[in-house]
Amino acid sequence: MMTICESNVAKIEAICKEYNCDKGELINVLHQTQNTFGYLPEDVQEIIAENLQTSLAQVYGVVSFYSFFTMIPKGKHPVNICKGTACYVRGAEKIIDEFKTLLDINIGETTADEKFSLSSLRCIGACGLAPVVLIGDKVYGRVTLDSVKEILDEYQ
Amino acid sequence: MSNRYRKNLLVCNGSSCQQASDADLVAFINFKLKEYNLEDGIKVVQSVCSNKCSIGPNIIVYPDNVEYSKVTKSDIDDIIIEHLLNERIVERLVFDKENGNGVAPIKQYRIALRNCGFIDPEEIKDYIEKDGYDALAKCLSKYTPEEVTQEVIKSGLRGRGGGGFPTGLKWEITSKSVSDQKYVVCNADEGDPGAFMDRSVLEGDPHSVLEAMAICGYCIGANKGIIYVRAEYPLAVKRLKIAINQAKEYGLLGKNIFGTGFEFTITIKYGAGAFICGEETALIHSMEGFLGEPTLKPPFPSVSGYLKKPTNVNNVETFANIPAIINKGADWYASIGTEKSKGTKVFALAGKINNVGLIEVPMGITLREIIYDIGGGIVNGKKFKAVQTGGPSGGCLTEKHLDLPIDFDSLTAAGSMMGSGGMIVMDEDDCMVSMARFYLEFIVEESCGKCAPCRIGNKRLHEMLTKLCDGKGTMEDLDLLRNLSVVVKDTSLCGLGQTSPNPILSTMANFYDEYYAHVAEHRCPSGQCKSFMLYYISEENCIGCLVCARKCPVGAISGEKKKLHIINQELCTKCGVCMEKCKFHAVHLN
Amino acid sequence: MWSLYGKMQVSCSSLKLILYYNFMDTISIKIDNKNFQVEKGTTILDAAKSVGINIPTLCYMHLHDLNTTHNPTGCRICVVEVVGRKNLALACATECLPGMEIKNQTIRVLNSRKTILELILSDHPTDCLICAKNGDCDLQSMAQQMGIREIHYKGEQSHYIKDTSPAIKRDMDKCIGCRRCLTMCNDVQTVGALSAINRGFMSVVAPAFQMNLEDSVCTYCGQCVAVCPTAALTEVDHTNLVIRALADPTKTVVVQTAPAVRVALGEEFGYEPGTIVTGKMTAALKDMGFDYVFDTDFAADLTIMEEATELLDRLTRYINGDTTVKLPLLTSCCPACVNFFEHQFPEMKDIPSTARSPQQMFGAIAKTYFADKLGIKRENMVVVSIMPCLAKKYECSRDEFKTNGNPDVDYVLSTRELSRLIKQASIDFDSLIPLEFDHPMGESSGAGVIFGTTGGVIEAAVRTAYETFTKQKLDKVDFKQLRGMDWIRESTIDFNGTPIKIGIAHGLGNARKLLQEIREGKSQYHAIEIMACPGGCIGGGGQPLHHGDSNILLARQKALYAADKAKVIRKSHENPSIQKLYTEFLERPMSEKAHQLLHTHYFDRSTHVEITKD
Repeated sequence: MMTICESNVAKIEAICKEYNCDKGELINVLHQTQNTFGYLPEDVQEIIAENLQTSLAQVYGVVSFYSFFTMIPKGKHPVNICKGTACYVRGAEKIIDEFKTLLDINIGETTADEKFSLSSLRCIGACGLAPVVLIGDKVYGRVTLDSVKEILDEYQ
Repeated sequence: MSNRYRKNLLVCNGSSCQQASDADLVAFINFKLKEYNLEDGIKVVQSVCSNKCSIGPNIIVYPDNVEYSKVTKSDIDDIIIEHLLNERIVERLVFDKENGNGVAPIKQYRIALRNCGFIDPEEIKDYIEKDGYDALAKCLSKYTPEEVTQEVIKSGLRGRGGGGFPTGLKWEITSKSVSDQKYVVCNADEGDPGAFMDRSVLEGDPHSVLEAMAICGYCIGANKGIIYVRAEYPLAVKRLKIAINQAKEYGLLGKNIFGTGFEFTITIKYGAGAFICGEETALIHSMEGFLGEPTLKPPFPSVSGYLKKPTNVNNVETFANIPAIINKGADWYASIGTEKSKGTKVFALAGKINNVGLIEVPMGITLREIIYDIGGGIVNGKKFKAVQTGGPSGGCLTEKHLDLPIDFDSLTAAGSMMGSGGMIVMDEDDCMVSMARFYLEFIVEESCGKCAPCRIGNKRLHEMLTKLCDGKGTMEDLDLLRNLSVVVKDTSLCGLGQTSPNPILSTMANFYDEYYAHVAEHRCPSGQCKSFMLYYISEENCIGCLVCARKCPVGAISGEKKKLHIINQELCTKCGVCMEKCKFHAVHLN
Repeated sequence: MWSLYGKMQVSCSSLKLILYYNFMDTISIKIDNKNFQVEKGTTILDAAKSVGINIPTLCYMHLHDLNTTHNPTGCRICVVEVVGRKNLALACATECLPGMEIKNQTIRVLNSRKTILELILSDHPTDCLICAKNGDCDLQSMAQQMGIREIHYKGEQSHYIKDTSPAIKRDMDKCIGCRRCLTMCNDVQTVGALSAINRGFMSVVAPAFQMNLEDSVCTYCGQCVAVCPTAALTEVDHTNLVIRALADPTKTVVVQTAPAVRVALGEEFGYEPGTIVTGKMTAALKDMGFDYVFDTDFAADLTIMEEATELLDRLTRYINGDTTVKLPLLTSCCPACVNFFEHQFPEMKDIPSTARSPQQMFGAIAKTYFADKLGIKRENMVVVSIMPCLAKKYECSRDEFKTNGNPDVDYVLSTRELSRLIKQASIDFDSLIPLEFDHPMGESSGAGVIFGTTGGVIEAAVRTAYETFTKQKLDKVDFKQLRGMDWIRESTIDFNGTPIKIGIAHGLGNARKLLQEIREGKSQYHAIEIMACPGGCIGGGGQPLHHGDSNILLARQKALYAADKAKVIRKSHENPSIQKLYTEFLERPMSEKAHQLLHTHYFDRSTHVEITKD
């Protein structure tokens, strides 16, 4: 049995109401809920399914399909590495490997101290700065292997 | 351009420049202008992408037309004192057109991007001053929906999202579907890696899209518009919201527009990180709250689309062309471009090219003109090898295609496609086999998995390419690779699968020697595939400093101080760190 | 000469015109260079079929009479060449157009089909010899048909955790992504236990959070199993457990057979749908060593005794002005329906009759009354059910139906499993000499027989309730107005001046509509019957596969009504064995003993989340 506290339920209900509890608005509801909670745990999805009068399997199906949604809480500083073609051509793979080595986690994981999480994302359109790394909202352009450690040190 | 001010500072606020900037430049400049008491005479405009992303942040001073690049906070005082107060150009910041890094304005013709970078996208007045909403007014007051549709048909405009379907025809079909409710959908789920033209339009000129959607609504008989936009584009979303609200305030959206009784409202729906949602049926399912899985056409959305109602789906760039066509006439538009591809196309130039950025060029321009005249040639003077057009669904064009006039049909004939307009330039250092593998990896991640050829076929294609890159391929694999590519292309459900083997087929057609070398000669001609690499330490240069041994992430290097170090080839992952770290050039690559 | 030629031309074109008019509803197409006239508006697949050309399909499923066509266009096996088209076209979803030229035999088509099939096989386990669907697998037959001898495209295979619930086994390694189960679960049954999840190579069908079916809202109706082309979804197999029990000399093995089994089992042995094989089935069970072969119909009569009494009790109280009475009374024989309302309509859990299903009543009586008669302990008795249903496997495992951990019903075999068991025992079904059921729990009325079809339970209840309520003899026992195959039916029966309004629904999607109407107060019924499977138990998830062909369902239904008619006793309360059971053991319907053994209660299973205070 999962548990969720009243105030969180109220938050979810408010979001659903904003979209008239229309199940066609599921993706918008999930976006806003993820903005609120940072991720979409099982209990939250269950409450959404109830409010939108749709099946839990359907909600989970949607969450699992779209890469923007996550069921794992992100680290305090989410590291996103662009894997667009321009970044690839300019060495993004090596940058990803360096982050993996330094943080000792794989893509999609969060460090044990919950400080960093690592993910790759599709082209963010900053191809002029390739390879590009985002930490939170901050963008690091023309990242080199040497600068990876420096970047991470900013957050230590 | 606003004439109310003595000078305008266009601060490029495209994502690239914002990201490259060391601060919120606009706020900082405004703050500084106040300091100098200049805020009444000078207007700071947040403009979008002046197409010089690699040298951003960029500021253009109008009407002087002086462009400053790589501007930091510390440069602002200089610009204000020298340029704004003393009319002296700050030469050290001037964008160097000859040797510069931005795309050259020559040979470009801006229609879709006509306002991008020249108006404040968060200010509807700027748009209106640029004849904004004139086209809508003209349509509503002077023409019947049929007449407007005919005008669009006459212009020869074809869908800019990739398919190249005639836009006017699409409108006509949707207008003929009988229904109590119809929808206009703007596809802003731009997903091709390396393509960001839609984002630039939404960030730089959102009203042109809103206006065009309303015109489309008028033509097809829809009063609801929906923009499906990537959630990864927060700035575009923000500006769209501002634009929609302003348009509502001005009575340009909502009920009884221009007193004609025409009603049109626009809402926003968000994508959630699925490339497949760029496909129109998948996009519609996603808008309905389902998994973004495509369905077979027919029925086409123009007959049964969003909520099973007739729906007209066009891409952002397509819409951005519409007001210009209405204002200047179909004949004018049709006079630009080639016989079957009219008008201009926006391309995102990226990769190993000197000038990275957005360009808008007339259809029919040659690849050579784009790469050398506008793009400034290949980085570091290396040799041009290929350009991938059409993103992961496209193919590569090579030297022999350099003088090909680019339009929808010529690209398809050459085994590539227009796609949404990404152009990734590759030089001699790029291995075409691993390039194909990179695109297939993308496809495997983004395939929805509904149909078997795409779900399993692309996975197997990717596995085979990996095998080739790992030096384990056989000649039989090459045959299988080709056969499977053809079958996947021939039998997949939607455009994604029907085009996903293009990178393989076109590289096999143009660079078969590279495939052959990987299999038969056990080498990667461009030296990119790690498995064929052999790092070794030369006796004469190694002084035994231990640096490489310490830096090796897998402990593959052994050796004592002041003695020759040796790389254990079994353990070596070919990361190249040793070579990078060695100050004595003792590590060599075979 | 010229004028003659001209006339000929005229007559030719008018002939064409006549032909055109004659064939307004047909169009001419070409398949593999042969001309055919086919019905307008049909798909290439149907058109080809109508002229005797079979185009292979895998994911496609046409449930004619469920009004459900399932063509997710996912497997791409049915591709054909349409002249003038760039890509291959899908036969199952492409409409024939006049003059269309179709090629079904070109190298391009055959190579594509074979390659796609190889791809599917490359992501499929090759343990066919020991697979539950060996010999009965669409993928296997397709591989045979296409002459696959080698899988050229090898690579990573997808692996998922295997899930075994009390009734249904999921082995998604064997899923080929046809999505038929999704159509059944979400569109037909509206249960919503399953969804497509993930994407690309990892795309698969699963319950929410990939939880076990047992933890999901699954009702175990088994309709997904009935349509699965491979062994991705199969029933939990009890045959080995039954064989073990039969071989154990310390156990007395009692078997009951549900009404719908006898009209469908024959199909597994080549008999026409609707052939009644009750006697042969009994003989086969005897041959296999079951000690007592009984009839669930006996327990069905018992169910009516309790349920009709409960209905009358509620009715009488209602008529007398008791406002606390819950109406309508919902029949409770269908375990999938019970799961359905426990999960989806928990606030209505007090409307179903508390009477247990016939299977469970049988088990409870067998392990008390009959075990006492035999003088054996309940632990030494094994009760096996032969059911058309997979939810029955789950039902017998519910805690309410156990005494000190010993279940009233031990094992449940589906009709399909029974046929396998008979084949395994090398019994020649054809040459079996029909036998009668054993006594005392083998005797039943016609009312018990019709439990197997939609409308049957309520008709049986009406036959008894009428006589009890009106204290008058019912002469015409056939309530034709309650019969048929319409999804939702309603009828008012005149109980001698008191109109009794009855609602019937089959298929959970229709049940949902009916329950929603009741919940919203739109419909006022005194009694309703819902059955989870289309057609009722005759279309159960454990039956020989009917592929949505309602002719098969109708034949089975007809057979049940014929068996009813053939009975001397047509009303449950006239069954002498039932009467004896009450006098000897239960006293009267709804007695304390009856309550203890024959009634149950329901749970709210609607949510997994507990909401706590801040």
